[in-house]
Amino acid sequence: MGRTLAEKVWDDHVVRRAEGEPDLLFIDLHLLHEVTSPQAFDGLRENGRRVRRLDLTIATEDHNTPTLDIDKPIADPVSRAQLETLRKNCAEFGVRLHPLGDVEQGVVHVVGPQLGLTQPGATVVCGDSHTSTHGAFGALAFGIGTSQVEHVLATQTLPMTRPRTMAITVEGELPDGVTAKDLILAIIARIGTGGGQGYVLEYRGSAIEKLSMEARMTICNMSIEAGARAGMIAPDQTTFDYLEGRDHAPEGEEWDAAVAYWRTLRSDDDAVFDAEVFIDAAALSPFVTWGTNPGQGAPLSASVPDPASYEDASERHAAERALEYMGLTAGQPLRDIRVDTVFVGSCTNGRIEDLRAAADVLGGRKVAGGVRMLVVPGSVRVALQAVEEGLDKVFKQAGAEWRHAGCSMCLGMNPDQLAPGERSASTSNRNFEGRQGKGGRTHLVSPQVAAATAVLGRLASPADLTDASATPAPAGV
Amino acid sequence: MEAFTTHSGRAVPLRRSNVDTDQIIPAHWLKKVTRHGFEDGLFEAWRRDDDFVLNHRERQGATVLVAGPDFGTGSSREHAVWALQNYGFKAVISSRFADIFRGNSLKNGLLTVVLPQETVELLWELTEADPGAGITVDLPAREVRAEGVVAAFELDEHARWRLLNGLDDISLTLQNEADITAYETSRHSFKPRTIEV
Repeated sequence: MGRTLAEKVWDDHVVRRAEGEPDLLFIDLHLLHEVTSPQAFDGLRENGRRVRRLDLTIATEDHNTPTLDIDKPIADPVSRAQLETLRKNCAEFGVRLHPLGDVEQGVVHVVGPQLGLTQPGATVVCGDSHTSTHGAFGALAFGIGTSQVEHVLATQTLPMTRPRTMAITVEGELPDGVTAKDLILAIIARIGTGGGQGYVLEYRGSAIEKLSMEARMTICNMSIEAGARAGMIAPDQTTFDYLEGRDHAPEGEEWDAAVAYWRTLRSDDDAVFDAEVFIDAAALSPFVTWGTNPGQGAPLSASVPDPASYEDASERHAAERALEYMGLTAGQPLRDIRVDTVFVGSCTNGRIEDLRAAADVLGGRKVAGGVRMLVVPGSVRVALQAVEEGLDKVFKQAGAEWRHAGCSMCLGMNPDQLAPGERSASTSNRNFEGRQGKGGRTHLVSPQVAAATAVLGRLASPADLTDASATPAPAGV
Repeated sequence: MEAFTTHSGRAVPLRRSNVDTDQIIPAHWLKKVTRHGFEDGLFEAWRRDDDFVLNHRERQGATVLVAGPDFGTGSSREHAVWALQNYGFKAVISSRFADIFRGNSLKNGLLTVVLPQETVELLWELTEADPGAGITVDLPAREVRAEGVVAAFELDEHARWRLLNGLDDISLTLQNEADITAYETSRHSFKPRTIEV
């Protein structure tokens, strides 16, 4: 019987397999950041251990970093201490680090791919659940806890139980204005936040094959929001074209050998998935969340659902709680929801194509009065590219704030936060209670919807901007 | 890791589904660089409400959390496990746990027990009616017991053995270092390196 993509990559990394034990997997790339690593380095010190493979390890600073005044000392002493701890640990153990101010600094999941370190068929881990992003290259990439960070630092391996595999097949053409973000939000709403638990997802089908690498990263990034540790897409010419010439991509004969191997990384025709989901791309439209988990979403054209419509008691209670927290009422059209803040950025939608898409909508328009819009590039390289293309000017002329790279308002560990009761349209990945700041209310959206929402001050798609009947938001939510 | 064998204690019934790790420990707590001192951050936002179950006087000292489905979703932060342990919880019962949270819990000796939702409902009813009711989580027998409830649970034998003995994964793996070295020599030469060594 054939094997799936995930099974092939898994099998190629088994260091040791023994009856009744998890497989011991070799890890090709270990990404570190300041938040989930300090206790792991402490563990190494306590046990007199070293980092086994410094040449497969790289660190960046992203979660705590400010997006303003980055040339000044970090105001928050606790954030500063955490960043200094990473710097000390990297210096002591010899780990390559891209700190704040370095040209390669940025969100860890933006940095890995742009350096060409993320490659097809690799195992990639990081103490961050959005490590699933790297699966866009056909890598098996998953988030780990700090104990596992220590384990990988010490051994370059992880004992893991072989996951099941789920195929998510998306056929057809995405309609105009419908993006990878809309697609993944629709998938999560369909299978639920627990639908992918225990599985590696493989996104496939004609609609997936047509996506750019950056769009594929957006999809794989949010696999964890469906409960799956990892999501993957088989590498193809789009993948190879993206990688060729990058800093750490193979060259010459090595490149040819790599591509020959990468071409074998596809699910066999007779491979059997443990579960399958089919999605019709043509039936999709811009999608937003209304609730407090990423599965609580609906097409922008819909209304806030009535909790009473849920048969499952726990889903009904969750919807009731979500509406209360979000300050919404059942039946209210999603397009009537006013926002205070718009955030464009994060490991989900902070890459150059995302900024281009937002700028394209904003060009020649203004952010609505009373709305704050933050644009935070995913990395310094993305920021430099955006400046070269003049996108920063488009944002500034529209009245948006152009910031320095980092995780920023996705999780508000730095000063970029929502105030209690404030509402955002955010291109990030989690709409959990308080995620973007204590009492903050988050609607997850695509970069295009974010930009259109900034202009109208209420949840909107770019199509709403050209609609002559488009009017500013009504009073109240 | 602290070994886990059998634990008996009072419970906190948490009738909420999709309890994400941002609720268990909000991000601003993640700036700490230790594995301790997270107890005050546990469910920080919800604890501002006096009516929140954890604040009820009769729940003080409870050590078993009984939660709704999909507990521990979202971020991979192991701080969520540390916060539960720092607060005093020894075991969490739910019908479904997020994968990363589950893995983290078992690495730290916090036993996460999967029981059918009907059993979770019984435990909720029992412990809501009688806050003094005890729940026993028996790992050797792979069984949860409470008044009128005897429920078997599954846990793979390897994880159970590690928990019962409080074994450290890294030491176990390093016993197989020769296998790791052998694998390293067989890797493709085109695989990238972050630095030259």
